Amino acid sequence: MNDERRVFIQAAIIIAAVVFAIRLFSIQILDSTYKLAAENNIVQKVTEYPYRGLLHDRNGELLVFNTPIYDLMVVLQEVSLSDTAIFCQMVGITSQDFEVKMGDARKYSSILPYKFIELLTNEQFATIQDRLVEYPGFHIRARTARKYQYNSLANALGYIGEISRGQLERDITKFYKSGDFVGISGLEAAYEEELRGQRGVSYKMVNVRGVEKGMFKDGAYDTLSQPGRDLVLTIDLDLQTYAEKLINGKIGSVVAIEPSTGEILTLVSSPSYDPDILTGKDFSKNYQTLEQDTLKPLFNRPLMAMYPPGSIFKTVLGLIAMQERVVSPYEEIYCDGTLIGDHAPSGYYDMHNAIKYSSNNYFYQVFRRVIRQQLSDNPYTDARLGLDRWKEQLQKFGLGVQLGIDIPNEKPGFVPGSEYYNRLYGNGRWGYAHIYSLSIGQGELLLNPIQMANLAAIIANRGFYYTPHMIKNHDLAGSYQKSVSTGIKDEYYDIVIDAMEEALSGTAGRAIISNIAICGKTGTVENTHGEDHSVFMAFAPKEDPKIAISVYVENAGWGGRAAASIASLLIEDYLKGDISRLWLEDYVLKGDFLD
Amino acid sequence: MRLNRQEGEIDWTTVLVYLTLVFLGWFNIYAAVFDETVQHGLFDLETDSGKQLIFIGAAILIIVGVLALDFKFYDSFAYLIYFFFIGLLIIVLFFGKEVAGSKSWFQIGGFGFQPSEFTKFATVLALAKYLGEGHKRLDKFKGQLFAFGVVLTPLFLTMVQGDTGTAMVYGALIIVLYREGISSLYIIVGLLSIAILVLTLLVSQTLLMIVIVVITLLIIAVSPRNIKRTAVVIVSAVIITGAVKSVDFLLTEVLKPHQQNRVMAMVNPNIDPRGIGWNVTQSKIAIGSGGVWGKGYLQGTQTKFDFVPSQSTDFIFCTVGEEHGWIGSLVLLALFSFLLLRVIAIAERQKSTFARAYGYGVASIIFFHFLINIGMTIGLFPVIGIPLPFFSYGGSSLWSFTILLFVLLKLDSHRMQILQRS
Repeated sequence: MNDERRVFIQAAIIIAAVVFAIRLFSIQILDSTYKLAAENNIVQKVTEYPYRGLLHDRNGELLVFNTPIYDLMVVLQEVSLSDTAIFCQMVGITSQDFEVKMGDARKYSSILPYKFIELLTNEQFATIQDRLVEYPGFHIRARTARKYQYNSLANALGYIGEISRGQLERDITKFYKSGDFVGISGLEAAYEEELRGQRGVSYKMVNVRGVEKGMFKDGAYDTLSQPGRDLVLTIDLDLQTYAEKLINGKIGSVVAIEPSTGEILTLVSSPSYDPDILTGKDFSKNYQTLEQDTLKPLFNRPLMAMYPPGSIFKTVLGLIAMQERVVSPYEEIYCDGTLIGDHAPSGYYDMHNAIKYSSNNYFYQVFRRVIRQQLSDNPYTDARLGLDRWKEQLQKFGLGVQLGIDIPNEKPGFVPGSEYYNRLYGNGRWGYAHIYSLSIGQGELLLNPIQMANLAAIIANRGFYYTPHMIKNHDLAGSYQKSVSTGIKDEYYDIVIDAMEEALSGTAGRAIISNIAICGKTGTVENTHGEDHSVFMAFAPKEDPKIAISVYVENAGWGGRAAASIASLLIEDYLKGDISRLWLEDYVLKGDFLD
Repeated sequence: MRLNRQEGEIDWTTVLVYLTLVFLGWFNIYAAVFDETVQHGLFDLETDSGKQLIFIGAAILIIVGVLALDFKFYDSFAYLIYFFFIGLLIIVLFFGKEVAGSKSWFQIGGFGFQPSEFTKFATVLALAKYLGEGHKRLDKFKGQLFAFGVVLTPLFLTMVQGDTGTAMVYGALIIVLYREGISSLYIIVGLLSIAILVLTLLVSQTLLMIVIVVITLLIIAVSPRNIKRTAVVIVSAVIITGAVKSVDFLLTEVLKPHQQNRVMAMVNPNIDPRGIGWNVTQSKIAIGSGGVWGKGYLQGTQTKFDFVPSQSTDFIFCTVGEEHGWIGSLVLLALFSFLLLRVIAIAERQKSTFARAYGYGVASIIFFHFLINIGMTIGLFPVIGIPLPFFSYGGSSLWSFTILLFVLLKLDSHRMQILQRS
């Protein structure tokens, strides 16, 4: 019996060892999840944030760069504070703040780093940095924020900010993570993919308390971060800042384009803001202030404001009328101010003089011919066909459609077609009498300032344009190198251009610059809410144009005064490099434009 | 009693296995606490491995002492030694230092001393002495009662100290009683209770009750009509039912919260892996990540980076599993199995009941430690804090196992001189 029992006991020992061996075989060899779990335990993925690309102007002037900023992070699990008071004093918060922040951190996570104090100042960082080792659980996270060399171009540049929940959800590439910074508006948003660079990842080994223990597999899986791409803009900083200076204090916009390329030299929205206030600590507060400002400094007027163009529209109407052969350039039409209010004196006008003196009655009659081309016996049908034909022509000038410039939120403007008036008055219940205001660029017609500048560029180029854009890096600007034609004969442009050259002496004497042949057209836009808007569109020099420009100043009266003066100064500055007419500059800076 | 002056040989095979385990343990302790950034040497007294080397040195001295004493000493003084340590267990309750919830340490200067470690040896000795004194004592109820008394007294005292793990070790001595002829009924009832306990944790109580009733009825129906046997079956069924019902009480009232958690963590390993399941989860991760060949000596990460708790003491096996893989683990399993079988072989060749029972006692204690310690690291047993013999860091544990084993080797070397009492 005892032998039997001995065997049982021996068997128990052997069975135990075999069971252990099988169990070990199962967890060590068959089941690979433990290896993964072991790596998850010790490997900490550290993201290395790339530098965001820099922005330069067309002459290489640095506009936007990065500056390091520091957040104080906390990992609750590791915190052991002996004296809260000293800690609070060091980081410059009250003990109530401390409790609130710790409470928020608790709600967030006990093991993930939580932003305890966002965006330390450099002074705070300097004092905290060395003493932080005494406070386990707290560490500094360095990031970069945008910094601006000049208080300029804010609306076009846009700003960056923390990615929103919605954006994160829409990000199908899974590039972004919560807390990442992303371009929110302007060029920062348009060229986000170029600017953001590529995040690097390094894998570090940590012990159970998160203390670093070296690189994982000697860095075999690490990737370096790739800095974002530096961008060169088409903007001419000197011209930009001068334009901002001239229009300062007024509401409006200035757009200058190089006609031969479509490059935007200047893009001013006034009033604007200091781009530096939308970086760092006070972003939310400052953003709110800007958003509530009744002058709408965040509103990027060159792209988003839609204005009636006024008399500058007569140029494009003239071109269309000639192309449609409803009027010969040399036909003289009698105008006596009875059809529509007019500043031009009564008499016979041909196309040249009509533009030069901005005859409202001439274009009233020409537009009627454009609309009523006798395509139908029914006057209403005829008007409808004519209007849609006209609208189609305008679209070739980039009017009433998005031009496709490289800044988000471009508004298309508004060119009314038959559909619009059908809705407004009913089908077949409207005729020329309802729409004649369009002939002088008033009524329902709305353009944005970039379209106006582009119109000047089209005329300067005698019939084609390149889509206006702000990127100068050759490869990125590729899609902007295709010209768009208006399909109107060159000779008609010559008529308009000659008239525009002489128009300055007719309506905007101040804009004349000796030795430079400027071609321009004023507009004074009636405004039911107050003083007329002052508009001017020009290009120069007449032969081989270098700059096309539109200036729109709200409530500044005559186009020949505020807008033309600003445009003229900018053309002189751009083509000559300095300003000889200081009196004109003073006149603009004084800013009342009373005579 | 006839005395023979001639000296026998020490069993050198066992000594070799012992030394292998002790030094492998030492190397693994070094690996478990190794910190690349600090670079302590193997002999640095600041570290566990340095201290363990001192303990090993002391263990060698103890071996010399154990072998130098007259072999009759252990027989003669068995009860004295037993009562001495029982006394210490009582004293430590009043004057001991509380470490991690259990009051089982004497603090003498810079050194801690844990009498319960040595009481295991004393109890084995006293039990062997008792069994060796009379013929077939376990056949009688009185003898069974005494034998249980010898074992249960230190068990109870250790339990009172709060060291449930060490207390449970005494339960292993049932193996000695089994070998020495106690009725199989005790073993069957014991194993059955454990099986029912585990089943109760895994299966719903109602289901168990139904199964018990069905089995009882089946046995009664199948077995021949015999009043006595039917009565035994019914009584057994009632006792088992009671056991099932008392599990809840045991779990919630007898076990401390941390012990309840450990049982829960074993039954459901995925419960709260960052909390109560942490130890088992991390231990399995460390061992499981070792693969076939392991990560290599000093290349383990889970133990060194402190993911595994008590990595140089109770969870030392994790270092073996992680750094030496399945192959290394097999070597260790083989060493322990070989040692245990060797100890049993030695026990079996003894001529006296005293020496044989003592040998089985040694085997039982080591086996229980081996079973529970490695079992808990791979999630087969709940976490019970008892060391891996000869391997884990710690003086008291190493010394007590050394004494336990070498007293057997001493007795074995004199086996020709010891005559079976009649």
